[in-house]
Amino acid sequence: MLGFLLRRLSQSVILLFLVSLIGFAALTLAPGGPLSQYALTPGMSQQALDRLAEQMGLNRPLPVQYWDWLTHLLRGDWGRSYRDGQPVLTVIFSHVPATLLLMVTSTLLAVSIGAWVGVKSAVKRYSLFDDVATMASMIALSIPTFWFGLVAIYIFALKLQWFPAGNMYTVGDGSFTDVLHHLVLPVMVLTFVDVAVWSRYMRSATLETINQDFVKTARAKGLSPRRVLLRHVVGNALLPMIALAGMQLPMILGGALVAETVFTWPGMGRLFLDSLGYSDYPVVMGLLIFSAIMVLIGNLAADVITAMVDPRIRPA
Amino acid sequence: MTTKFDDMLPHLSRRKALIYLAVGAASTALPPMFSLGEAFGAADATPGMRKGQMVIGFSQEPTVFNPHLPHIEVDEGIHFSIFDPLFAINDKGEFTPSLAKEVPTVANGGISADGLQFHIRLRDGVKWHDGKPFTAEDVKFTLELLVDPNFRSWRKTGHELVRDINVISPTEISWRMDKPFAPYPAILASTFIVPQHILGPVKDRNSAPFNNAPIGTGPFKWQQRVPGDHIELVANTDYFTGGPGLARVVYKYIPDLNVMYTQFASGDIDVVGLQWISADHYDDANKLPGKVVDVSSSSTIENFAFNLGRPQFQELEVRQAIYYAIDKQTIIDSLYYGLPKPTETYMPPGSAWFNPNLPQHEYNPDKAKALLDKAGWKPGPDGIRQKNGVRLAFTNSTTAGNHLREQMQQFLQQSFQDIGIEMKIANLPPAVMWGEYWMMSKFDTVIVGMSFLTGADPDTSDYLRSTSIPAKGGAGQNTFQYQSKAVDDLLTKGSTLFVPEERKAVYNQIQEIVRRDMPFLPLFPFANVRGHKQGATNVIPNVNVRIDSWNVGTWYWA
Repeated sequence: MLGFLLRRLSQSVILLFLVSLIGFAALTLAPGGPLSQYALTPGMSQQALDRLAEQMGLNRPLPVQYWDWLTHLLRGDWGRSYRDGQPVLTVIFSHVPATLLLMVTSTLLAVSIGAWVGVKSAVKRYSLFDDVATMASMIALSIPTFWFGLVAIYIFALKLQWFPAGNMYTVGDGSFTDVLHHLVLPVMVLTFVDVAVWSRYMRSATLETINQDFVKTARAKGLSPRRVLLRHVVGNALLPMIALAGMQLPMILGGALVAETVFTWPGMGRLFLDSLGYSDYPVVMGLLIFSAIMVLIGNLAADVITAMVDPRIRPA
Repeated sequence: MTTKFDDMLPHLSRRKALIYLAVGAASTALPPMFSLGEAFGAADATPGMRKGQMVIGFSQEPTVFNPHLPHIEVDEGIHFSIFDPLFAINDKGEFTPSLAKEVPTVANGGISADGLQFHIRLRDGVKWHDGKPFTAEDVKFTLELLVDPNFRSWRKTGHELVRDINVISPTEISWRMDKPFAPYPAILASTFIVPQHILGPVKDRNSAPFNNAPIGTGPFKWQQRVPGDHIELVANTDYFTGGPGLARVVYKYIPDLNVMYTQFASGDIDVVGLQWISADHYDDANKLPGKVVDVSSSSTIENFAFNLGRPQFQELEVRQAIYYAIDKQTIIDSLYYGLPKPTETYMPPGSAWFNPNLPQHEYNPDKAKALLDKAGWKPGPDGIRQKNGVRLAFTNSTTAGNHLREQMQQFLQQSFQDIGIEMKIANLPPAVMWGEYWMMSKFDTVIVGMSFLTGADPDTSDYLRSTSIPAKGGAGQNTFQYQSKAVDDLLTKGSTLFVPEERKAVYNQIQEIVRRDMPFLPLFPFANVRGHKQGATNVIPNVNVRIDSWNVGTWYWA
């Protein structure tokens, strides 16, 4: 196990290095750059832009800039945002809580509802429930989140006035019930789409398990259908879900870009989009490394957990 | 990490989250009782009483709070709330005293007749938000900071000419200009004074803590910023006018314009700021109960700009013919909901320097054809006109993804086709479009929204002077590569005159010449659809500044 972990860790370091190199190249080689947003400012001149580029070190050769960034990172200095001058980690972590709240809530809801719907659909295959679930999933997967979010706002915020049209809380309030009140609509939209995904996965995993020999054996032993389902089928069908959940970790921290925009939720997805829009290299690079680390941790955790719960898989 | 909400986060276990969610769903039966702005809005208030708060929506996030670091226009919304210039400029284009006791003019001796000596008396008893007194030393410090080579100064124009700053007394300061520069008062009107006692001792002013928790003399004090969400400011009760009319202002960042409109309609925001209400919502917005919606002309002019370095555009007749072929009114009516008004000049219609007596544009494809025929541009075998081996064909570029402009391009393409001109559309993402492609004049033609004025001053040397062509090594943004001796001379004359009436004649004349030479074709100034709740008073547009909250210190709920 220890050897396995060590091997994975060393692979991760190489992977992180490659991610940062490719990310940096893609980012800096793209035309434009952090100063292009100022070009149309009244009174802006090429000279002034050149002076700022000089002062910000943007006119140095790209390998020098990359090396500078990398060596600082290795010393724990992630750099400062071009936009607000704050340290990159401060910027990132100030957006984490909002995203966590939104994504953890909706993912938990989606996984539990999705697993239930998936199992029930598989057991009662081609029943009315299955048909309705399949239809609903297809609809949920086909509707763009953006549109769905706007419709939800139109119905529940503007017409019925049950929920606020966006934001995480009312400025100056921010009490618990206030946050909760704001949380309902975005969570509803995200959960709806995620349930569709999770229920489809769970349905096919259950169907696969249900036809295996050990299930037939269990039934032949005379176990009740309920016991077979809960002990033998669901347990085994959940195994592939662990790997999926591992991949979900970076998604949870990456934020829901579209939902965060529609509901003006100040999370990571929006931070990434904004930083990209303003060519805020340090923050974009920081987010890339951050999410790459999350992907690695998520996959590693999924592998370890799978190995722990599934005796058939043991790393050599 | 200072909101109540953040403190609560660590305790939110998964199970609790689920339970709370169920509770949340149950709370749907409750009426929407969380709208604070509404409650405050209903409250009675008069100026000076500081009642209530206003939530102002911006579609970009303010992030730069030191007014002298590189920033975008939305950041100025915060600067105007927290800082003061020596004197400001109002919506009529008049200077009004702020930190200065009176606006310096030639008449009152504040500026010498040759424009070389400035002498300014400051308001007495003004305090910084931390209670320290504001003095002439702060003014000196600010003017020096702006040209400090170690500081990432946003703008040095004008400030570079300042010499021999002399603090005569805590409330009196004078300096000499290296040469006369008439736009300088207008530049000063947007130069916010920053505190010496805070920034002075800091070694690296580019990353000073001040930049994220600014201290000014202005009507509002810094409270907090929730990144990606909002900025909260509270009333400066010691403000020299007696204080603002609101207890608090909140600048809310709402990145999507549809969402911003929705939150305006639902009452979550009180004032729709920068990027405003999109034109397609104008009719709906007008029907909203309890809301005031109006259209105002911005200082940004939509232009069809030529690169005069291209062989196709050497002859005035070609540019005239293209202008004749543009059906402005149809574009305005069918794409822009009839909101903007056509214009003939780069000077914003709301400016005091606007010349209303320019020849009116006429849409007339027959005249266009006749002009081209006469000038010797004859249709070739493919129907496209040519002359001496030059085809009358060019590309047109603008920001990719701007749907209205893309439709305008298609419309123009068709109009030009009809008179034998070929226009190809070649749009680019914003970062590419406004980078070297634009700055170094690598385009044929461009559709661009431009503000030609720096602040309120009519000087447009950066855009019109023949020495301001970056592609020819000039400093400036004359990317049209426009060269006119007459305009150069007039610009020089205008920048050395300090009496407004004398200057006006000069700039009227420049507008006439540019209208005649057509380095770019002005189409219309952007029409901003502004909106605010009924009762929000003094929320008025000002074409001389770049942001809505230029006078936020005077806003109150009626």
